[in-house]
Parts: sequence; C-alpha cells; structure tokens
Amino acid sequence: MAKVKGSIVVDIEKCKGCEVCIPACPTDVIRLAEDVNGKGYHYAYMENPDNCTGCVNCAIVCPDGVITVYRKKVE
Amino acid sequence: MAEKIINKDIVKEENLVYKKTDLLTDKPLSYCPGCGHGTAHRLVMEVVEELNVQEETIGIAPVGCSVLAYEFMDIDMQQAAHGRAPALATAIKRLYPEKYVFTYQGDGDLAAIGTAETIHACNRGENITIIFVNNGIYGMTGGQMAPTTLPGMKSSTSPYGRDVQSMGAPMKMTELVAQLPGTYFVTRQAVHTPSAVRKAKKAIKKAFENQKLKKGLSFVEIVSNCNSGWKMTPLKSNEWMVDNMFPAYPLGDIKVPEE
Amino acid sequence: MKELRLMKGNEAIAEAAIRAGVDGYFGYPITPQSEVLEYLMHERPEKRTGMVVLQAESEVAAINMVYGGSGAGKMVMTSSSSPGISLKQEGITYLAGAELPCMILNVVRAGPGLGTIQPAQSDYFQSVKGGGHGDYKLIVLAPASVQEMYNFVELSFDLAFKYRTPVLILSDGAIGQMMEKVEIGEQKVRLTDAQVKERCPWATTGKDANRERNIITSLDLDPNKQEIFNQKLQAKYKVIEENEVRFEEIQTEDAEYLFIAYGTSSRICQKSIQLAREKGIKVGLLRPITLFPYPSKRLLELSKQVKGILTVEMSAGQMIEDVKLAVECSVPVEHFGRMGGIIPSPGEVVEALEQKFL
Repeated sequence: MAKVKGSIVVDIEKCKGCEVCIPACPTDVIRLAEDVNGKGYHYAYMENPDNCTGCVNCAIVCPDGVITVYRKKVE
Repeated sequence: MAEKIINKDIVKEENLVYKKTDLLTDKPLSYCPGCGHGTAHRLVMEVVEELNVQEETIGIAPVGCSVLAYEFMDIDMQQAAHGRAPALATAIKRLYPEKYVFTYQGDGDLAAIGTAETIHACNRGENITIIFVNNGIYGMTGGQMAPTTLPGMKSSTSPYGRDVQSMGAPMKMTELVAQLPGTYFVTRQAVHTPSAVRKAKKAIKKAFENQKLKKGLSFVEIVSNCNSGWKMTPLKSNEWMVDNMFPAYPLGDIKVPEE
Repeated sequence: MKELRLMKGNEAIAEAAIRAGVDGYFGYPITPQSEVLEYLMHERPEKRTGMVVLQAESEVAAINMVYGGSGAGKMVMTSSSSPGISLKQEGITYLAGAELPCMILNVVRAGPGLGTIQPAQSDYFQSVKGGGHGDYKLIVLAPASVQEMYNFVELSFDLAFKYRTPVLILSDGAIGQMMEKVEIGEQKVRLTDAQVKERCPWATTGKDANRERNIITSLDLDPNKQEIFNQKLQAKYKVIEENEVRFEEIQTEDAEYLFIAYGTSSRICQKSIQLAREKGIKVGLLRPITLFPYPSKRLLELSKQVKGILTVEMSAGQMIEDVKLAVECSVPVEHFGRMGGIIPSPGEVVEALEQKFL
C-alpha cells in the first residue's frame, strides 16, 4: 500500500508562535522551538517529522500564512 | 539532522500541496499572534485567486484592527471612514456593476458606528459581499466594549463586565440583516480549526460568486478571537470562543438562497 | 442655436450634471436643495447618459458614496444644505486626505443648528477654513446666478480632477430656489471605463498585471511620512492660489468706496451701487467667485484706491476676516449683514455704507 509522507516548511521569521497549528495537527508533529526568531517569538517546527502526512491542516489554520506543505507518495 | 534529510526528499516543487497565496503580500501581518483576521484575510484572497478575479476585485478596508488590510491584500482597495465601508462599496458597485466589490469590517465598525450604512446597503440589496469579523470587542483601540460584547464580559470600558441592564445586550447583526429582503445569502462561520476554515472559505467563495447573480447582498460573519483584548493566550482564546461566543453567535447558514 | 430654459438654481445644477457627463450623484433630501435629487430622479439620467443617481440613507452615507466613486476614478457629486453639510464634514476631510476629486454643493440655509430654511451665508468659515479636522482646504466656488450654478458644475469637475481635490459650490437658498434664464450646454458623453483608467491611473479600477495595486487612503501612521504628505497638500493649495483665483469687478474704476460680497449679497450690492451713485457716492463691487483661493492680491490693490471697504454678508461677518487680512490694515473695513435667513435690502446696504464711512 502506498504511504503518504509530508513535510512542512515554516517561515521562521514570520511565525508568531501562536500555537494554533499545534492542536490542528492530527499526527502531533508540531511544537514550538526553544529558540526564538528575530522578533522574539518561539516558532513552530516539526518535532515528529516522520508523522507528517502533509494534510495541510496546520497551514490552513495558520493566521500568518507561514506554513508551506509538501506531500509525496512513498512505496 | 534526520529532519533535514526527510525534508530534502519531500520538500520539492513537484510535491508542493499548500502555500500562502500570492495575493497576500509578503508584508508581515500587523495582527497579534493567533488572531483570526490573518486567516480571514487569506481566505478572501484565496477565493479571489481561485475565481481568477484579481483584476475585477475592489475591496474596502474599515477602521479598526483591519484598517491596514490594504497592506496585505494585493488588490485595489479603498480605506473607509469608520463604519462607512458599505457606502463606499455601494457606489463602486453601482458605477462598476461587473466588478467584485467587498467590504471587510469588524464588529465596532459594522455593528456600532456603521449600523446605518450596513443595514441600508443590505436593505437596498446591493450586489456586494460583506465580510464581518466579530470578536466581541474593539481591538485596535485597546479592548473596549463593542455592541457584540457578551453579557458579563469584561473590557476596558466594562471593567466589571457588560451589564445588560445599563449597557444593552449583544447585538446580532447577522440575524438582523437576514430579516431584510435585500440580503441573498447570510451565514456565520469561524476560522479556528481546519474544518471551520474549510467551511468559511466555501461560504466566502459562494458570497463572491453570488455577485454575478445580481440577487442581493451576501453577508459572511466570521466569529473570531481577540486574545489580546480578551487577555488570554491564542489557544485559550479559541477555547473561550467555542465555549462562550458560539452559544451567543451559533455557526451556520442563516439565510440560504432557494436553489 | 442656443438652448435657453427657465430653471431653478437647484434644477440647473442637476441638468448641468447630466450634461457634463457626471457618473454618479448621491444625495439626501433637505430643504432648500431637494430639487437637485428630485430633478435627477425625474429625468431618468440612467437612461439619458447611464448616470447613477441614488438617494442615500443619510448625508454621511452620501458623502462616503462619493468617496467610493471618486476613489474609483468616476465623476461623482453630492448636494445638501447647511445641517447636512455639517454631517458630511467627516467624508469631506477624508476626501481631502485621500486627494479625491469630486463636487459638493451647499445650498446654504440659516443656522446654527436646524436654523431655518431661508438663505444665509453663514457657512463661509466652514467652507473656506476647513470644516472637518486636519489641515486641508477645498476649492470653493460662489455662484451668483442660476447660470453660474449651471456653469460651475463643469468648472468644478475640471478643477477637481486637475488638482485631485474636492470642490465645493457654496450657494444659498435664494440662488437654489430662484428661477432664471439659463443657457444650456451640449450633452457630453460620459467617459468610458478605459478613459477613466487613463485619466486616473491612481484609482481603484481593479489591479491588472501592468501595475501595482492602487490604494485609496488618508492614513499614514508614520508621522514623518504624514508630515511630508501634509506639505504636499499645502504646496498644492499654493499652486491653486496662484492659478485659480476668480472674481468680478463692477464699477471699481472710479470707486472711492468698495463693497465686497459674493453670491446673493453681491446681487443686492449691484442695486446698492446704483442707489449710492444716485446720491453721489462713488462705490464699486468686488465679487469673489472663488472663496478659496481668495482674490487677496486684487483686493490689496483696490484698497490703495478706496477710502473704505464694506463687506456685505448674510452672516455675522465671516468673510470680513479674509478681507482684513488681504488689505493689510491699509484701509478701514466694516461689515454689514443680516442673519437668520434675511436678505438685506439694497437701501439698508447704502445706509450702512453712509453710517460707517460718511
């Protein structure tokens, strides 16, 4: 059965660390980084990248549109 | 390190499934972290992009938090005096009947100072779209009481909570305009979860498409949060919105055109 | 063959608007100017030229409709009378702040407050000194006849688009209501949307691939930029002052005394000149046609020639301040006026002249 693997790319400098993406992720991929960006916000990143299915839920709830999503079928 | 290896394999142009629409400018949004305005902006621009009507669209920005909406939306826009957006939109649509004209307004703008302009644009059945973001507070000016503020809700001008006896009850503009024969499609949505976002986008798209039918005004309320004004974290404010705003402002279509 | 008609001032404005190819009129009823909206509704301009005519829910809405239409590059106008014009001040300052061309007609009635429906000239300060908040000016035209009501419509739009500024026609209840012979101009064709784009490349006509998006706003939160914008506005007003002063002189060649009056008062003064000259008093009239820009230069020249200046206004004396500023204390300046909706009689103007100077 073909499996779907996904990945997100966060525009770190535009992320405001609001965390709205975190509960939106059905596979518990996202956390806020310990580090902060230039504005002082903890930014979103993939803590569990293997779980990402590229479902885009995080991206569509992101108020600042900072998440880009990629998805690929893997055998 | 592992993360980067996986990314390299997946993060390729041909695997791209979602990115911010180009109709949103690259300027960082001026909204507080977690504010629903950003999502609402994006949905409006995604709809304009999907309908391929950037050239045909004229937007009106209000006064309030979204006064600078024109900084973020890559379309021709006018900035209206407080509450007057529907008057501007009326004239533009009458003078350019084939264009897509929308207003983007908050609850202070639309439900207080702009009540007359809102109701009469609705009553005349102007073929425009009104996007009404309701977060129950004046955000821009620092969290004062709005007509939509819930009973008992604290704000900087109702520091002991909104007393309905002396301050009036929350005003349900959306139900109110649905009563008017001039409105064609009236709905209430939210943008706090993926499914809510998908529904809201569908509603906004319909509200834009309706302009071609020339059957009246389409009105989309988006119940939203104001974590700064409500003095909560973004996630907490979304929870509070579900528990408190939604019972007062239930989501769903209020007036749907007969097919 | 010239087309002549007997019309009210308000009707002349409305017919002139249709003939000038105006795209939109947004109004609200108030005496003594309701005939503008009534005439337009009766004439079906949507059929004659495609002009949009809309009765708004308030003066506030009407002026903001003008803002919207003007911001989209169209020729749009509104009309009202004093209390309604007060309501429109919010929109007018936004129009000035966004540099939007349009025409606003004030058929002045007496105030303050609801006042009365009879003619007055007590909105002079409001018209030429601002009216709304912020540092701005309007080009202000003061018609003295029904023919000028007609002619100033096209002139207003020429000036409005030339300078990207709102233009106010400051009339009054007498000129709005009275009937006179009017020579009607040719019907002009309304601009096409393509012509609008060409004339107003700044307007919100829809962003195409060839240009950046257009934004109509009066907001700039950066005080440095806001000051630069204010300086730009002031520079524009300076150019207007240098190029657009309009006035009329009557029997000033040998005048020893001078009336200064605009609109209805200037018509009274013409009879007063005749009465005074019959008594051997050589008096002339300077009639400002533009109240901003004000004919200050010519006034200063005339002040060297005359022994005294009487401003005649249907107000407590508002324009007199500009007259005093213009003449730089070179000659005594006095005011005569009636208020509350009363038009002074030619005889009482002459009496005032004699009393104050002779």
